[in-house]
Amino acid sequence: MYEGVVQDLIDELGKLPGIGPKSAQRIAFHLLGVDADQVRRLAEVLLQVKERVRFCTVCGNVAEADRCRICTDPRRDASVLCVVEEPKDVIAIERTREFHGRYHVLGGAISPIDGIGPEDLRIRELLQRLADGAVKELIIATDPNLEGEATATYLARIVAPLGVRVTRLASGLPVGGDLEYADEVTLGRALEGRRALDV
Amino acid sequence: MGHNEPVGLYRDDAVVLRTQKLGEADRIITLLTRRNGRVRAVAKGIRRTSSKFGARLEPATHVDVQLYLGRSLDIITQVETRDVFGERLRRDYGSYTMGSAMLETAERLTAEEREPALRLYLLLVGALRALVERRHDPRLVFDAFALRALANAGYQPALGECARCGAPGPHRWFSVAGGGTVCSTCRPAGAASPSAEAIDVLRALLVGDWATADASESAVRREASGLTAAYLQWHLEHGLRSLRLVEQG
Repeated sequence: MYEGVVQDLIDELGKLPGIGPKSAQRIAFHLLGVDADQVRRLAEVLLQVKERVRFCTVCGNVAEADRCRICTDPRRDASVLCVVEEPKDVIAIERTREFHGRYHVLGGAISPIDGIGPEDLRIRELLQRLADGAVKELIIATDPNLEGEATATYLARIVAPLGVRVTRLASGLPVGGDLEYADEVTLGRALEGRRALDV
Repeated sequence: MGHNEPVGLYRDDAVVLRTQKLGEADRIITLLTRRNGRVRAVAKGIRRTSSKFGARLEPATHVDVQLYLGRSLDIITQVETRDVFGERLRRDYGSYTMGSAMLETAERLTAEEREPALRLYLLLVGALRALVERRHDPRLVFDAFALRALANAGYQPALGECARCGAPGPHRWFSVAGGGTVCSTCRPAGAASPSAEAIDVLRALLVGDWATADASESAVRREASGLTAAYLQWHLEHGLRSLRLVEQG
């Protein structure tokens, strides 16, 4: 046990995800050794992130204003909407630089065993966004696991009457792997979604 | 155990009941195994797209699994798929919620880890197969599973004689807390009075008389389902979370 504020710092750091007591101690002593400016900067960023960051009122992504950067960007295609589970999935898709439409963050996936149903997600907000007919295609990019797939099936079913084209991200073999290690479900989906080679 | 088998390693057939995220890329997988009852084990790196496990440890998958005995949680080392029930459940939202309710029931009925539950395991595999093959109304499949799983746990409802005094039936009252059908003398306050047909459906589901169950009318099935759900939730003490999301037919 250290004394006073050093122990307080170790205790607080130890509450963070993935930080055990040893890591907390190491980070605390690292902070004691660096410039005061650097520590001040870290403290300021921590405060700012709590004060400034909130969720976009349109898509549910993290934002620093009422609406996020993507929702306010006029260059983004308003006719294509990509539905994801979490804000971090938005970043994953943005990194591909392949998608130029807008997003809708659900805030999770339907998981009956965890008591999470459709009304616990931002599905009502999604239907409101689709109501004016501006969106022509809905790309469902929920996780490719059982909960994500079932959520996709549910969304496709309730969106169908609105006349919006609903698509799902393709599933298949990961690039850079060996075929023999692919499991039956993944390989089956890759076969199902096979494409003609353009020569 | 064979002479060359490494200590601490074991293999079993299992159904994946539930998965929970653990740390950066791992998951805790809850399995209902054939020989070892309910087991919780870690699948390391499973959330990475390059994981060797792939989709083999998704909920409702029937697998042949090799595990390494750990201190608190076992470690999954290899998995082979037997049946991909989950992959077929996902295509139909109604079956997905029903399947989830079955998995949750199985988890809740195995209070102790590693307590052998062969009969429950066989019931679950059979029920999931019947659900994905759409042999019967999904709701009937769930009710049959729930009633038999409860009977296996020692909570078989009385469906004829009086649950309290044993007077031969039929009786027109059904008491969830009292353990099934009750006579007018033993009837506690708040006992339901279901139709005789609904009780017939419950009895048929309990013994596997599918001809009678399949021939029943939808209103009767709804009644039987309501009784089963109430009876199940009473014996599980806390409500079944997934049952709230099961779509009423």
